[in-house]
Amino acid sequence: MPDAVTVRLTVNGVAHEGRCEPRKLFVDFLREDLGLTGTHVGCEHGVCGACTILIDGEAARSCIMLAVQADGAEILTIEGLAQNGKLHPLQEAFREHHGLQCGFCTPGMLMTALDLLRTNPSPTEAEIREGISAVLCRCTGYHGIIRAVEAAARAMR
Amino acid sequence: MKPPKFDYHAPASLDEALALLRRYGGDAKVLAGGQSLMPLLNFRLSRPAALVDLNRIPSLAYIEERDGQVRFGAMTRQRTIEFSPLVARRVPLLREATKWVGHLPIRTRGTIGGSIAHADPSAEYPAVLTALDGEVVARGPKGERVVRARDFFVTYLTTSLEADEILVEVRLPATPAGAGWALEEFARRHGDFAIVAIAALVVRDGARCGAARLATAGAGPVPVRLRAAEEILERDGLTDAAIDAAARRAAELVSPDSDIHASADYRRHLTTVLTRRALTRARTVAHA
Repeated sequence: MPDAVTVRLTVNGVAHEGRCEPRKLFVDFLREDLGLTGTHVGCEHGVCGACTILIDGEAARSCIMLAVQADGAEILTIEGLAQNGKLHPLQEAFREHHGLQCGFCTPGMLMTALDLLRTNPSPTEAEIREGISAVLCRCTGYHGIIRAVEAAARAMR
Repeated sequence: MKPPKFDYHAPASLDEALALLRRYGGDAKVLAGGQSLMPLLNFRLSRPAALVDLNRIPSLAYIEERDGQVRFGAMTRQRTIEFSPLVARRVPLLREATKWVGHLPIRTRGTIGGSIAHADPSAEYPAVLTALDGEVVARGPKGERVVRARDFFVTYLTTSLEADEILVEVRLPATPAGAGWALEEFARRHGDFAIVAIAALVVRDGARCGAARLATAGAGPVPVRLRAAEEILERDGLTDAAIDAAARRAAELVSPDSDIHASADYRRHLTTVLTRRALTRARTVAHA
């Protein structure tokens, strides 16, 4: 790769460095170069939300962002949610309230819900629906997801 | 679904970015929030020789009030606008519109300058810029020029920006006290592009309507300012009958196209329905 660029970043508290072409999508860098396959690739054009991660604390689609743009950033992926073997309250709530079926959209749902609850700790049901409208669940299990986010909001307050 | 090869540049200053655009002579694309450009690259609908990424130029992100305008650095994120107390107080229509722009994880990256320069006919920010008769500042090799909204949008995804110019600032007139505003939108899923949206602002002057501003998204190749509908309100006030007449007139002022999402007739129908709803709600918000 003659035109490779160096990407240095922190993912889930761990410093990483990689080299890739400038055109490499950030989600592919996470999965292929860093081996973090918890972030899923769905539509690859920013519609389905499965690849949502947190960049410097804010939710973003990693399939419509270049790896080189994450240079210097602090990233949180689904692998960083559980701490010391203990599930995050959002993960607990999704398990408790049947917030997942096939699980493909789940990483995106959790990361989106995390930013939603950070900026709006007591969302109404309508606000939760609006927030998670960012992520498509093809199993259409939205009711369980909404209940899970409501429960997580209570647990996290 | 991977982008084609391109040279990548992330300049630290605007001058450097402008020099890069000159160097590539029209073959470079400016990368702002990337929420529209990156999908186009992934689909390979766009194959620029180079990307000039503005995300490392911090001086392009700000919100300030000056000379009766609220001015936005082009790289101001939509999420920043959503939570800005200055925007909520001085350009509340923009704040309301922001909640309709994409989804939460789109707005964290998406920028006001990127949305307006991309000129998607269904996008909310171009409609607000048009309704409020705002301005954009373009900087190029010969310096800066100010372009009014009506002179900016040319057709689908096309503006009057030159290939060697960068949109650096968006200027919206501050909303007068007592004005009412509303943005009404119909989309298949909240956060999807509008099939039609209407941005409205009304200023009450006792029983009369001192000023009305109306513009569309999704009802043609560019946002349409509905001046003839505004004039009905400015002449007849904000009565139910005047609002109804303005809403019916609105549909005659647009030339929507049919596409996979909706027919032209349906879009014209939505223009009337959403204009009526937007004006009715704006009237409630306004106080004399």
